[in-house]
Amino acid sequence: MSDLTQLYQDIILGHNKRPRNYGALEGYSGKAEKNNPLCGDEVSVYWKTEDDRISDLRFTAQGCAISRASASIMTELLSGKSKKESVALFDAFRTLLEEEGGAASEEAELGDLMALSGVRQYPSRIKCAFLPWQALLEEWA
Amino acid sequence: MSFDVTKIREEFPILATQVGKKPLVYLDNAATTQKPQEVIDVLDSYYSETNANIHRGVHHLAEKATEAYEQSRREVAQFIHAATEDEVIFVRGTTEGINLIANTFGNKFIEAGDEIIISTMEHHANIVPWQLFCEARGAVLKVIPVSDAGELEMDSYESLLSERTKLVSVVHASNSLGIINPVKSIIEKAHGVGAKVLLDGAQAVGHFPVDVQELDCDFYVFSGHKLFSATGIGVVYGKYDLLDSMPPYQGGGDMISRVSFEGTTYKAPPGRFEAGTPHISGAIALAASIRYLEKQDRAALLDYEHELLEYATESLSEIEGLKIIGTAAKKVSLVSFTMEGTHPHDVATVLDADGIAVRAGHHCTQPLLQRFGVPATARASFAFYNTREEIDKLAQALTKIQVLFA
Ligand SMILES: Cc1ncc(COP(=O)(O)O)c(C=O)c1O
Repeated sequence: MSDLTQLYQDIILGHNKRPRNYGALEGYSGKAEKNNPLCGDEVSVYWKTEDDRISDLRFTAQGCAISRASASIMTELLSGKSKKESVALFDAFRTLLEEEGGAASEEAELGDLMALSGVRQYPSRIKCAFLPWQALLEEWA
Repeated sequence: MSFDVTKIREEFPILATQVGKKPLVYLDNAATTQKPQEVIDVLDSYYSETNANIHRGVHHLAEKATEAYEQSRREVAQFIHAATEDEVIFVRGTTEGINLIANTFGNKFIEAGDEIIISTMEHHANIVPWQLFCEARGAVLKVIPVSDAGELEMDSYESLLSERTKLVSVVHASNSLGIINPVKSIIEKAHGVGAKVLLDGAQAVGHFPVDVQELDCDFYVFSGHKLFSATGIGVVYGKYDLLDSMPPYQGGGDMISRVSFEGTTYKAPPGRFEAGTPHISGAIALAASIRYLEKQDRAALLDYEHELLEYATESLSEIEGLKIIGTAAKKVSLVSFTMEGTHPHDVATVLDADGIAVRAGHHCTQPLLQRFGVPATARASFAFYNTREEIDKLAQALTKIQVLFA
């Protein structure tokens, strides 16, 4: 199970079991839903902004451990971030998963997301990790 | 057991594959089946010894290829007990077959206000073509509901039937839950109101013998790749008089009798529905997989698959937090399940690490899974080359999941 423990690191399993900022948000300034047509997974993201920065970010999801953990970590990481900073973080995350040996330099910023680096070995699961990020960033104007 | 599973496994070369350091345990047969060496050899020898275009050459190879292609049609006709080989149309697969029927039979015989009945348990291939058709034509789509055990609710079906019903299109065996539908009674009742019946046999033909005349269905469709043969080849069966009353599907070469700018006339079935160069090698490989199957004691294969199903159902039921969806008695050999606290995707990934291939997702049956209130299931689907030992490995790996995600 060694490859598996690389994929399902304790941090991931923890976020999956006890996701942070889980649940709908009342009085949101934006909301987005995205699904993965391949597997039917669905994520909804709700956010409030103040001065163009995220002041509250929550999600609900029907999805796998990877997408739930990714969403949970995202809600923590993007707190207080601007759109531009959020996009930059997502780009760093994409580099981490899509490029060989990617994103070592971004380690500090990526925080718990680094625990998702094992997903790189599972190309069909990368979509799961990106789902909540794409939901937010495609809709947040 | 009157057949030898070890010997059978040797006939399917891919089954000797290693995944990482683990032997492949292939339990995704409902998605596609593996191919016996005989079928692989036929594909190979077609291209090295026979290849030519069909129905349009007088040279040696053209005649040889045409004969092989038409011989395949005869073998398919015998396999499903069609009255004549002219009732067998080669298409790309089940999906194209259903679209063909919507675009030919549908366009000619189904009008605004007419009704088409499908069921909740259909594959998207037997939903979306009818939605598109109804949208374009103003016809109405009605849906037979499914019980908690996964069976069609026959009383509701009867109450949906009326003179407005022009077509009933249902799956013979469900790819998602494995349920085998009471198609004979469905057909009788539909015929009672003058409606035609299409059966989606994608998951049926690979498991049990099908006799289209005995069933009295009007159309039957299936895919070669789920019948131990090539991808890209499938079959539409239609009763001859019905096919003969239908307009062409696609226009092109090979489907015409005579072309002129004053007016073009079309071939009789099945040629009318096969425009262009078909998947010749695929049709020939399909006949090869049929020959392979017919050589076996099919009753013994079916018994064996049924034993696997019972064994898997028992072993999996013992796993804590595991819930089997689709518990009706009459099933083809597959088990669809969910695990408390673990998403099916994660289940499939963990199993893959042990070399076990299962499918996780909605299996192209989203309305059905919505009916059961789950977004996805994991599905282990068996063929006669699977073994009890493989099911033991599945059960062991599933038990590990409980620990990992606890
Ligand atoms: C019941 C059923 N219908 C239709 C299809 C579609 O078959 P194909 O993809 O070969 O066209 C499948 C297979 O995915 C199926 O299982």
